[in-house]
Amino acid sequence: MNTLDRLEAHSVHILRESYREFKSLVMLWSIGKDSTVLLWLARKAFFGHVPFPLMHVDTYFKVPEMITYRDEVARQWHLDMIVGENTPAIEAKQTFPDGKLTRVECCKSLKSEALKHSLSGEWPRKRMNHSLGKLVPETKPEPFTGVIVGVRADEEGSRSKERYFSARDRQNEWDVGDQPPELWKQFKTDFAPGTHVRVHPLLDWTELNIWEYIQRENIPIISLYFDRGEGKRYRSLGCYPCTTPVQSPAKNVAEIIEELRSGKFANIAERSGREQDKEDGNGLETLRRGGYM
Amino acid sequence: MDEQISIVMAGHVDHGKSTVIGRLLAETHALPDGKLEQVRAMCHKNARPFEYAFLLDALKDEQAQGITIDAARCFFKTDKRRYILIDAPGHIEFLKNMITGASRAEAALLVIDAKEGIRENTKRHGYMMSMLGLRQLSILVNKMDLVGYDQKIFDQIRHDYTAFLERLQIKPVSFIPVSGMQGVNIASRSTVETPWYNGPSVLEQIDLFQRKEFPQSQPFRLPIQDIYKFTGQNDDRRIVTGTIETGAISVGDVVVFQPSGKTSRIQSIEYFNGPVKTTAAAGEAPGFTLDTQIYIKPGEWMVRQGQPPLQVGARFRVNLFWMGHDPLVKGKSYKLKLGAVRSPVKLIEVLAVLDTTEQGAVVSKQQVDRHDIAEVILETPKPVAFDLVGNIEQTGRLVIVDHYEIAGAGIILANVQPVDSSLETHVKEREIAWKPSAIPVAQRAASYGHGAKFVVFVSSDGSAGETFARALEQQLFKMHFKAYYLGMDNVARGLDSDLTETTENLDDPIRRLGELARILTDSGQIFITSLSDVDDYDLTTLRLLNSPNEIVVIQVGKVPFLNTPPSLILEAGTALLEGIQNICTHLRQQKVLVDFQI
Repeated sequence: MNTLDRLEAHSVHILRESYREFKSLVMLWSIGKDSTVLLWLARKAFFGHVPFPLMHVDTYFKVPEMITYRDEVARQWHLDMIVGENTPAIEAKQTFPDGKLTRVECCKSLKSEALKHSLSGEWPRKRMNHSLGKLVPETKPEPFTGVIVGVRADEEGSRSKERYFSARDRQNEWDVGDQPPELWKQFKTDFAPGTHVRVHPLLDWTELNIWEYIQRENIPIISLYFDRGEGKRYRSLGCYPCTTPVQSPAKNVAEIIEELRSGKFANIAERSGREQDKEDGNGLETLRRGGYM
Repeated sequence: MDEQISIVMAGHVDHGKSTVIGRLLAETHALPDGKLEQVRAMCHKNARPFEYAFLLDALKDEQAQGITIDAARCFFKTDKRRYILIDAPGHIEFLKNMITGASRAEAALLVIDAKEGIRENTKRHGYMMSMLGLRQLSILVNKMDLVGYDQKIFDQIRHDYTAFLERLQIKPVSFIPVSGMQGVNIASRSTVETPWYNGPSVLEQIDLFQRKEFPQSQPFRLPIQDIYKFTGQNDDRRIVTGTIETGAISVGDVVVFQPSGKTSRIQSIEYFNGPVKTTAAAGEAPGFTLDTQIYIKPGEWMVRQGQPPLQVGARFRVNLFWMGHDPLVKGKSYKLKLGAVRSPVKLIEVLAVLDTTEQGAVVSKQQVDRHDIAEVILETPKPVAFDLVGNIEQTGRLVIVDHYEIAGAGIILANVQPVDSSLETHVKEREIAWKPSAIPVAQRAASYGHGAKFVVFVSSDGSAGETFARALEQQLFKMHFKAYYLGMDNVARGLDSDLTETTENLDDPIRRLGELARILTDSGQIFITSLSDVDDYDLTTLRLLNSPNEIVVIQVGKVPFLNTPPSLILEAGTALLEGIQNICTHLRQQKVLVDFQI
């Protein structure tokens, strides 16, 4: 088995373990390359099916193409898709682009808070109705206790400390210093009432592995990652006010792989285009302790 | 160059791990540009001598600021391949992290201070490596500069630690005299300082480590993680899944499930978006369809017929280390996880607790405290299947969950009391011990006007069977027969209410029903129930447990897992009245009901 085979088998094992252990399971889907690979791995694990809903947290500041792509894939792959958002904050224009919040505060409000209350079912959510082909409000939003997330250890420091199965307490908080052990494919699958578990099947994958796997499996990926003639492309996707494209002529998956292996990005961190990480010197760990992905 | 291997760095606190890692990163040019100069300048400014360990600290600061270098995992590469170096904390408080890190590694570097020699965590980490199954171990005898590169000191440590590892059945691949501070024998061999040393440098050694291959030549072992039947998009496959621990299997092979003992044959190997597979081996996580429909459950093992099976037992001797905040004590129920097995487990006896401060010394204790390494006897309420770690390492490992967290991890050394878990033995022994009623069976039948019988309705969703079962009970009651219908829902809420989902005593509802049937038929009644999701094995179990009394199986509609013919089949959609008439006719033929009474 080569490196990709090993990574795939391990991720599949983790996905099946979470499906076995958690009655109320959801997978977060950010539309980006990592969570789309994660979605593909779910189809691997469950032989073409995705037996749990996907959740996307919309901030209304996503690059518009992401939303079009999201709905298309959801229809095509028969995905049970749920969309959550912080409607009051968006309507009251309490955001960074509206000049009311810092970047980190905005992330916390539009993403962390929206996620927390959408997972718990406290805030209204929308769900894809496949016969109508559009999103409709959910009548009875159920809480989720297992949340599958596509974070990778090589992305940045705080994610490298993560476990495959990572507990969050009642306040959605993460105790980085006292994490349970993981060994021999045994994970923390037991949890106290009121807590929930985040599952990280992609923890061992690198950015390069992700692109190599996209190439091998021929996974359809959103075109924002490719240069479409302007000499620019996105390396990491997020909200447009806080994510800048990188200068790169890579037009397809093979060219991106080449760029990562030996080209200009071989020694530059992936999230270097994400402004919120830089804001208070410790942006992402602060966000992640408070429930950010 | 696509090859990547994980190495864990272990050793007692302050034996110089950070310095060696700093050196390795510097020598392999894994540091960001200017970092080395920056740390040197900072040391100069603060009038401190430069140390390579500071590099690691500097990287830790950067990591906190969101840059892609992790202190716990360092990335570097040689001309041969890419490396992930996992820095396992030397401090005992971080044992959980050390275990997690080391279990992800394929080889280990263990650092010993030449001046201090073998210390507590040097030994403890040795034990951990042994238990975790890390067999590629290289020992770096560090700070050789502080002992004047004295070969005698190096040889003494090598001699003592080799002897210690021998008892753990570890044969280290090398001992390397190094100085992290002076960079001796790190990137290349230093003939000036250690002319007496002929082995590899640290960098040469790590390039020599072998990538761990999945054990394909061992007997086939699949812990069954789940069984899927997704019906979306007209999918009618029933797929057995799991990650193959050892061995290989091919389409057409006969497989045995343990501990249930059911057998079947591999019909296909399922894998999404890939070429058709006819064989699958250790490390892979495919799916399997079987050529007969049998009802198996997550937590069983699938093995290959003709290969050595797993052990079955309820009491086993285990070597374990404990990480829980609370000690492991007797009289408390814990949760066992072993492959895909989930079972309650109890501590029966503490045979020995290792004193890691004294080589080989043993402490007598009644419980296992945090950070103890102990040999214990564990017991499960029902027999489980496992391998002995001496036979197959991967499937002889278990963890113990206490208060929602993995608190202990261990390897199974021996099956203390191999149990004959066969039902035949159980029923034989039960019947020998059974004290019969003073009322002879025939006399009771004559008084009631009918014989005793266990009538089992089987249907795919349970509801069709239940309708007939209830109607039969009413019909027989009207005829003044002693008949009683009991639905499985009522059994679940009452008799089986102690069988929680987490304990996964999945066979128990059937076993208990069988025992109950034995009692009720002994009382001369016609005991009726209705089941769904049962297969031949379950019905055999019921038949056996109800013996010497008799059973009648009535199938309603199609039932997917039933292969052996039932006593009577009612086609789907049979009218109630017609069905009941058919059943009564059948019972008459069976001589349960006597003609003149009806």
